[in-house]
Amino acid sequence: MPKDTGIGASPKRREDVRFLTGTGNYTDDINLNGQAYVHFLRSDMAHARINSIDTAAASAMPGVVRIFTGADFEGVGGIPCGWQITDKHGEAMQEPAHPVLAQGKARYVGDAIAAVVADTAEQARDAAEAIELDMEELPAVIDMKAAVQEGATKVHDDLTSNLCYDWGFVEENKPAVEEAFANAAHVTTLELVNNRLVANPMEPRVAVGDFNRATGDSTLYTTSQNPHVIRLLMGAFVLGIPEHKLRVIAPDVGGGFGTKIFHYAEEAFCTFAAKALNRAVKWTSSRSEAFISDAHGRDHVSTIQLALDADNNFTALRTDTYANMGAYLSTFAPSVPTWLHGTLMAGNYKTPLIYVNVKAVFTNTVPVDAYRGAGRPEATYQLERVIDKAARELGVDPVALRRQNFITEFPYATPVAVEYDTGDYNATMDKLEEIADISGFAARRAASEAKGKVRGLGVNCYIEACGIAPSNLVGQLGARAGLYESATVRVNATGGLVVMTGSHSHGQGHETSFPQVIAEMIGIDESMVEIVHGDTANTPMGMGTYGSRSLAVGGSAMVRATEKIIAKAKKIAAHILEASDADIELKDGQFSVAGTDKSLAWGDVTLAAYVPHNYPLEDIEPGLEETAFYDPANFTYPSGAYACEVELDPETGKVSIERFAAADDFGNVVNPMIVEGQVHGGIGQGIGQALLEAAVYNDEGQLLSASYMDYAMPRADDLPFYQVDHSCQTPCTHNPLGVKGCGEAGAIGSPPAVVNAVVDALQSMGKDITHVDMPLSPARVWSAMHE
Amino acid sequence: MTKVSMTVNGKAASGDAEGRTLLSSFLREELGFTGTHVGCDTSQCGACVVHVNGVAVKSCTMLAVEAEGAEVATIEGQAAPDGTLNTIQQAFQDHHGLQCGFCTPGMVMSTAALLKENPKPSEQEIREYLEGNICRCTGYHNIVKAIMAASGQDVSAIAAE
Ligand code: FES
Ligand code: FES
Repeated sequence: MPKDTGIGASPKRREDVRFLTGTGNYTDDINLNGQAYVHFLRSDMAHARINSIDTAAASAMPGVVRIFTGADFEGVGGIPCGWQITDKHGEAMQEPAHPVLAQGKARYVGDAIAAVVADTAEQARDAAEAIELDMEELPAVIDMKAAVQEGATKVHDDLTSNLCYDWGFVEENKPAVEEAFANAAHVTTLELVNNRLVANPMEPRVAVGDFNRATGDSTLYTTSQNPHVIRLLMGAFVLGIPEHKLRVIAPDVGGGFGTKIFHYAEEAFCTFAAKALNRAVKWTSSRSEAFISDAHGRDHVSTIQLALDADNNFTALRTDTYANMGAYLSTFAPSVPTWLHGTLMAGNYKTPLIYVNVKAVFTNTVPVDAYRGAGRPEATYQLERVIDKAARELGVDPVALRRQNFITEFPYATPVAVEYDTGDYNATMDKLEEIADISGFAARRAASEAKGKVRGLGVNCYIEACGIAPSNLVGQLGARAGLYESATVRVNATGGLVVMTGSHSHGQGHETSFPQVIAEMIGIDESMVEIVHGDTANTPMGMGTYGSRSLAVGGSAMVRATEKIIAKAKKIAAHILEASDADIELKDGQFSVAGTDKSLAWGDVTLAAYVPHNYPLEDIEPGLEETAFYDPANFTYPSGAYACEVELDPETGKVSIERFAAADDFGNVVNPMIVEGQVHGGIGQGIGQALLEAAVYNDEGQLLSASYMDYAMPRADDLPFYQVDHSCQTPCTHNPLGVKGCGEAGAIGSPPAVVNAVVDALQSMGKDITHVDMPLSPARVWSAMHE
Repeated sequence: MTKVSMTVNGKAASGDAEGRTLLSSFLREELGFTGTHVGCDTSQCGACVVHVNGVAVKSCTMLAVEAEGAEVATIEGQAAPDGTLNTIQQAFQDHHGLQCGFCTPGMVMSTAALLKENPKPSEQEIREYLEGNICRCTGYHNIVKAIMAASGQDVSAIAAE
């Protein structure tokens, strides 16, 4: 019987009612009294010297309040980078200055040069057109490999080159890896591109800055996945506002997918300008602006090699990756191709020796940072593609080759510095074979052939690392932040609870799933629990939501705080029931004395905490409110196996996804409905990457795919219904809920499944094609067929 | 500035618009119907779908002045006056047809138009009809399922939401 309440139940989402009735409160829905509007004048050249900016005519336009340029931000801090990588020689990465508005040079199409504040958005836009810019176009560096050649134009004149860092991991393993390759019975090599993507949450970014002259307090409303992180980065590093004078509010947020983690210049600008003008300042990004100002994702070019012995055991793996940083370092950009990518290169396999080299490169393009999966899709794609290629070269079944090399004993320390706590990769593969009906594939292939179509099957595995932690370790790895999470649980006198969490929901449904955990712990109805998030004024310092960390880290903090609540409530109950604390049991919302019929309801105890007439005042304080900060001991390691079946039209090269199945191990699951929705979304985005999406620059640095007319977003008719399953559960051993995280799995596991399937289809036509780069557009597939 | 008057969700509403003001911004900024969302500037995403004189329209592709005197229906007017969700809204909640909720108003308004012209659309017909509505949470599996359920079709054979 499925449960209808508590952990494992799927209650309907309570946030849905406001979203379904148009009563959500997204940042652009917020309008402050007397607010002005800002329009950013952005560079239309990828690389140019700014000789002069003449704002005289524009300033005289109707409604213009003030025009800001880079000169107004001299003496103001730059946008900080939150992660410092140490390269293979032990040197710190090169870290360029990142001004709020461009100073001296524009470094990508979209770099903000001036900001016009006016009474209306239209007036600001009109006036921006009247600014006279004298810009001298410089050669742009777009291609990563060209950017690191001797003599290449430099994106930043004050750096020694365009190389941000050259990272080796694990550098000490390198000689042993080379030896293993020299002794290998077989080596498979694959060069591939992990295509550059634009995250594209449907809600464009918005920032509203406000300043209260009476108190000297600044407030920023922003579309963020982590308001406390923005408050710290912007307050401490850019504007010099201490946290107690700065409030950051991220209300309903219309999707993030990583790109709303980062601190952006527009947020700092609106906060700064509101104070300078003593007037609220609002910025709403258009979609066109979003394409050239939201951090992009992926954009890796890799060569991966797998070494096998004569029995087809994996003996070593190495990869050389070029990772695009864009023109500046976005908040967490340096960590993505390194710690979020290199540490995952073992995948689900017991490859004993691994070496990862990553060269991060500056180019005249939009900054690149985390996008759903962040580094882990790039690792999984390389690994699962090279294994597939190896299987074909060796003439063995790709699933059998994987199974033969699976890690089967846990905990397992990989050669790339992480320790998997639990997993059962054969179980998820067995489950996948069942739900994908792999045995029925031959018949479906025949049916496709009869229609003149070619069917292919692709299978792969993935492993993910979520809830990156502990803080002291990530500090050693270069993080300039802690990665704990927080929760304050406030119990009201009549028994209802409010949980103030540092996690942030922008589609994940925390308002529904978090109460399920508390309801289960106390034995009360979920409706007695309310979740507050997204406002630094009323939530404890938290790190926010990304990296599939909310339940594993934020949920754990909530559990720890609730445990403190329960411990204190038991003391109160013990006093009233005249028993010892140790004898008090809490079940179904009732405190009872073990072995007796004496009991007290939850509400009686909570009332006593606030009306402490009969109360152990000499031992404990009145009230019932506790805070916990939870810093995990390790990452969590969700894993799974995915299968994709495609049908290829040999006439046109068009690929259609006919079937898609996902068997995931997320450990324990709190709300299966929400978990499955997350998997659906991840798979959809992964299929989007594999078949449709690409951010394409020309040699001059113009983004050619800068609107929904050119950037192909997955739509309903690009996708089928999926088969998803999460019944294989090996609970995480080191967090109190045994949960692992599910937000990114789909986006990590699906691209290789699609590409493996298309290669399978092409090979079944007798074509000697071993790889086609994503996105597998009809043009690319057709060209591959006719090479 | 011109004064523009229309009926929104059955009630008279009017405000000032420039010649270039889009219906989407007029509804959001001038009249306060912020349930209509703006997700793009090329008429592709469908977050802004409303009904004008009974026809589904991307409100970002229409000028406010063109809607002078029209009957406009927005997401805010879809539930019953007591707040009870309509069949489509309820099906979206029941089948987890929304995540961040940003595309949702447009999805619900498009669905209403679809079901008016085709009361029992097939899966394929729904997918094709939603060509103009993008959901980046990419929850199409449950959106399509919710629409099938809203049109009274048995969805129990489709993998669980
Ligand atoms: S805002 Fe109207 S279609 Fe995107
Ligand atoms: S629910 Fe987020 S865009 Fe559709």
